[in-house]
Amino acid sequence: MSSQNGCGLCKISIKDIGVKKGKDVLLSSVSFDLFCGQLTALIGVNGAGKTTLLKSILNEIKHDGTVSFHTHHGEKIENITIGYVPQHLDFDRSAPVSVEDFMLIGRTNSPVCFKKDKKQLKAIDEALEMVGCLELKNKTLGVLSGGEIQRVMLASALYPLPELLILDEPVSGVDMKGSEKFYEVIKNLKTNYHIAIAMVSHDLGIVKEYADNVILINKSVLKSGSAEEVFSSKEFKESFLYGLE
Amino acid sequence: MKMMGYIYDILNVILPFSWVDYKFMKNALLAIIIIAPLMGILGTMAVNNKMAFFSDALGHSALTGVALGVLLGIENEIISLIAFGVLMALIITRVKNKGNASSDTVISVFSSTAIALGLLVLSYGGGFSKYSAYLVGDILSVTPGEILCLSAVLIGVLVLWSFIYNKLLLISINRELAASRGVKTVLYENIFVIAVAVVVMFSIKSVGILLINSLLILPAAAARNVAKNSRSYLYTSVVISLFCGITGLITSFYINTSAGATIVMALGVVFFVTYIFKKK
Repeated sequence: MSSQNGCGLCKISIKDIGVKKGKDVLLSSVSFDLFCGQLTALIGVNGAGKTTLLKSILNEIKHDGTVSFHTHHGEKIENITIGYVPQHLDFDRSAPVSVEDFMLIGRTNSPVCFKKDKKQLKAIDEALEMVGCLELKNKTLGVLSGGEIQRVMLASALYPLPELLILDEPVSGVDMKGSEKFYEVIKNLKTNYHIAIAMVSHDLGIVKEYADNVILINKSVLKSGSAEEVFSSKEFKESFLYGLE
Repeated sequence: MKMMGYIYDILNVILPFSWVDYKFMKNALLAIIIIAPLMGILGTMAVNNKMAFFSDALGHSALTGVALGVLLGIENEIISLIAFGVLMALIITRVKNKGNASSDTVISVFSSTAIALGLLVLSYGGGFSKYSAYLVGDILSVTPGEILCLSAVLIGVLVLWSFIYNKLLLISINRELAASRGVKTVLYENIFVIAVAVVVMFSIKSVGILLINSLLILPAAAARNVAKNSRSYLYTSVVISLFCGITGLITSFYINTSAGATIVMALGVVFFVTYIFKKK
């Protein structure tokens, strides 16, 4: 296995991220690193600013601080490809859009209502195969289950192959089997393609099983380290188990 | 217009029916053959984006467009129509995206203000009757020049579609998702509403303010009942639009009714038929 991905990216440094909304401070001086080939889980109570943090990394909202990308040798890279799978795709379920249409519109400009790009058709077959959704190709998006939609979203976020993949509670509300399938794909991406993955999750079981690093946040970083380290920390107990003991 | 002569001859040969004997029916048929696909195509995206009410407001604003033309003394009313239509489309879209008020309220405010302003100006001095043609439209009075203009618009829309369709579709599925993929959502949305405004204004004289929205929305709404993917959605919408446009026009000739109203009736019937056979 190669220790590098396409652009030689190795580390994503998140430094002093701060976000304010009016007078409210949503995040203040959040700093940590994401590494390629590793899954970093962001955990925290509701309203801790996890999704806000992801949006800052995606540069979708105004924020202080910097997000920078570095190679193995510490050189800076200007731009990387980021794939994003949102928490929950809110869309009109009666819309006549097939899975194939959805996959194609993210990749090509040749309009899916007129003619379809043959080369891309083959490529999306492979992408769907990878997430185990090939048989859904001709189905309408609206009839898919939650887990199926998330996997299709993942397949679509993998083109062009990202260096950083951002998952916002990718399989909340999805059945066990669907969730397992999803994480097997993620694991494969991480090890075989050396992608850096940042994931927000509420499911601590999943975090324990799949995350290489865990970062506990509540407006700022409370604790980071391996799952065991974080789960056994005082900060973790204060965040999640406060009042239970 | 030598070309029109040839086209008339062709129509006479392939359609040996009494209604084709009239030149105005030939023109109307040609206009329908162009307007119907235009509406069928743009309608698919308008319905996807839940813009039925928006296009209704746009139609209403045509009255103000005409009024402005009269006030400013613009000879060719299509200029003031399009200018005001595009302006209105952009403003509504902007206010809708910015504001906190629900979009149907915003659109309704614009729609009613526009129609009131138009009526106010045009009825000044009691001369509204000569503009009432805009309300119901008159496809039978369409001129060869207008048909040519409409063909150019159709070609323009097809070209535009082949460049921006995928982006528009992604935006219609989910704005945030499209934005996260680097799609300039505001830009594409504006291009689309400008296209709708231009098409509506070019067709308004033939179809009329009261019926234009039905022509835009009904074919796509019916196609949605049966289509499973983008391609079948578009083609079904265009076919339904053409079928109802032509049958409506011919029927109106024989039963002596308003062409626009008869076409919309046909579209309504097709909608309910597809609704019954809706895939579940």
